[in-house]
Amino acid sequence: MIGNVPFVVCMVLVLLGLAALLFRRNLIKVVIGLKIIENGVNLYLVATGYVQGGVVPIWTYAPPDAAMVLPTPQALTLTSIVIGLATTALMLAFAVVIHRHKGSLDGRKVVELSG
Amino acid sequence: MSVVVRTIARILVPVALLFGGYVILHGHLTPGGGFQGGAVAASAVALLLVAFGTSAVKGLKSPFAVLEDLGGVAFVVLGFLGIGYTFFFNVLAGSGGLFGAPVAPGPNPGFLNTGGTLPLMNWAVGFKVIGGLGAVVVLFALFGGGDDR
Amino acid sequence: MNLALHAPILAIAVPLLGGFALPLWAKFGRPLRDLWLLLVSAATASLVGLVAFQVYTGGIQVYTLGAAWPTDTLAPGGFPIRIVLAVDALGALVGLIATLAALVGFAYAARYLAEEEGKTLALTLGTLLWAGMLGMAFTGDLFNLFVFFEVTSIAACGLIGYRTWTSRGPEAAFKTMVLYTVGGLFVLLAIALLYGEYGALNLAHLARLLRGSTVDRVTLALLLGGLLMKVGAVPVHMWAPDAYGEAPAQGVILLVANTQVSLYALFRILFTLYGGLADPGIGWLVVAMGTLTLLVASLMAVVQMDLGRLIAFGAVSQIGYMLLGVGVGLTVLASRPAYGLLALQGGIFHMLNDALAIGLLFLAVGAVEKAAGGRNLGALGGLGHDLKWTAAFFFLGALALAGIPPLNGFASKLMIYQGSFLLSPILSALAILASILLLAVFVRAFQGAFLGPRMLQPEPVPSSMLLAMGALALGVLVLGLFPDLVVRHVVAPAADALWTGREVYLRAVFGR
Repeated sequence: MIGNVPFVVCMVLVLLGLAALLFRRNLIKVVIGLKIIENGVNLYLVATGYVQGGVVPIWTYAPPDAAMVLPTPQALTLTSIVIGLATTALMLAFAVVIHRHKGSLDGRKVVELSG
Repeated sequence: MSVVVRTIARILVPVALLFGGYVILHGHLTPGGGFQGGAVAASAVALLLVAFGTSAVKGLKSPFAVLEDLGGVAFVVLGFLGIGYTFFFNVLAGSGGLFGAPVAPGPNPGFLNTGGTLPLMNWAVGFKVIGGLGAVVVLFALFGGGDDR
Repeated sequence: MNLALHAPILAIAVPLLGGFALPLWAKFGRPLRDLWLLLVSAATASLVGLVAFQVYTGGIQVYTLGAAWPTDTLAPGGFPIRIVLAVDALGALVGLIATLAALVGFAYAARYLAEEEGKTLALTLGTLLWAGMLGMAFTGDLFNLFVFFEVTSIAACGLIGYRTWTSRGPEAAFKTMVLYTVGGLFVLLAIALLYGEYGALNLAHLARLLRGSTVDRVTLALLLGGLLMKVGAVPVHMWAPDAYGEAPAQGVILLVANTQVSLYALFRILFTLYGGLADPGIGWLVVAMGTLTLLVASLMAVVQMDLGRLIAFGAVSQIGYMLLGVGVGLTVLASRPAYGLLALQGGIFHMLNDALAIGLLFLAVGAVEKAAGGRNLGALGGLGHDLKWTAAFFFLGALALAGIPPLNGFASKLMIYQGSFLLSPILSALAILASILLLAVFVRAFQGAFLGPRMLQPEPVPSSMLLAMGALALGVLVLGLFPDLVVRHVVAPAADALWTGREVYLRAVFGR
């Protein structure tokens, strides 16, 4: 049971982030909500690749018969972090532009479009 | 910012750049690589901004943009190197020379001159991330206006 | 170097390189930048054409990155853990759609975008979006699907919001980015779940491993949700009208192509990855989403006063037709293959037709905005006196989209109506109703903008923009006049690739 704790934490993080997206109107808080979801997913990925008692998956450093944690999920997590950085920077940039035009970050006040 | 912050920043900026360079350089041997090292090095830009204000980093915007584009181009060109076999094929690995020293199997302390095109790709990505993140930091500073320092 | 063998990866790498290098050339001078863009576009278009030709004549093309030989899909020891591109007929068709949109967009942008308003940035983002779309269409593994999904997301949102001197563009881009990112994270979570369950990322390998467990179903729901957010189906369509309405016209046509590519990814997952499970419930779900989308979006189009947003809702409703066609196909293919295949072909044919017709409409709206200085239907009127060609193109696009014979929209919609009639007559009745609504809306828009007394003095539309629109209009006419030829030689192989070609796809990737 204790082994499932990371997965539960991931799901809690994802749900928290979704709640922030749905119930927060401040644009910066929306971005923070997205980051929380992303971190939940990343944590899930890393947790998937964990091996009990595993060592860092660097072949040349590891002792001859050691169990390594899976490197693939770590590579995936890293890619996802890089992508997350790009999306976050882009969204914050849009938020800054919106703030410059409207003088506010409140989603209810700045909205002109109603899709 | 106060004298203390500025003095510390003067000391720490070279250290951050050096550490970033180290993380990029050892990317094919230890945890790290282009993105991580680039992010560390770009934090030096953020430090400059915090300590010395917008005016200190304003001129860096267009060099960073060029650096980012060059890094992206270099990465794709390195991929093209392997086109005799397949795209991204590591043609330099095991070929001797500066990058492709063959490595005997088994535990070793890590040799810097191995890895073939991987270290080069790490540098390409590193430059792209330094340029990209640096430009992002500078642009946020410029957009934020002169209300800080 | 064997060009034919390496064409799939080169088709992705060349626009990527072109996009990264474009700002560098711009520093040396605009003519150099334009020359570079021309070179990159020509090279990429010929590469995609080569891939499509090879796929249509010789079957699935597989390419392994970083291997000693492009067809070595399996790592030593026989494990499918390498990064693989796998292009079948549907992928090639979608790549062609993306290429068409990019070429027309660039030709249009030459005179549409003003130099001082970030033209270099727009062209760079367009090229990167093109590379991302081709990557999504050609990739054969699930994680790269996510990577290219995010590449297209970021480039597309940049295109929507790069005009920072207005607040509407960035606002639309922020909204779009939220939905794209949530969609992308759903897809990533699904990939993580699948990796945790099976330890594989290769699409073909996973397709062999899937057993239909609870995790698989949760994963399917996440993938469906994430991709539908990117596609803009109705409950999560909030970004689409804003983005289509606020992005510059040459960006909108790329956004439209991007939704088609995302739809392709959805179909790939439904048919190739989950095709072995054959659960009609999934098909019904897609049908329900499609019907809801086409109904709600065409109803919303009725009340719009902004020409751009009106067309945008029309674009959303077309997504519904494609989902309906493919959903019907998914539902009945196993029991009644003839009708299922008809609906499936209709849905896929409609992807091509929609890219042409809706692209034509958006380009015409961009021309109107540039010529008359506004898009509000209340302020426009009588533009047909001066903008004769633009008016004709708008009319043609509107009729094609509303499904009037002999234009291309009619051909594909008829196939969808026939296919869905078999599943339930109510479905085809609703689809026809939505089409009639759209026709009314478009006729009102045309009458409001182009007919009536001359109200303002529009500027003439530059000939390169007219040429770009003309190319799409020609496509609309030709596809409408010879639908049987197109269906037999282009669409049918693509539909077969999804259904009967599933085993072929898996075997091609495994090499056995």
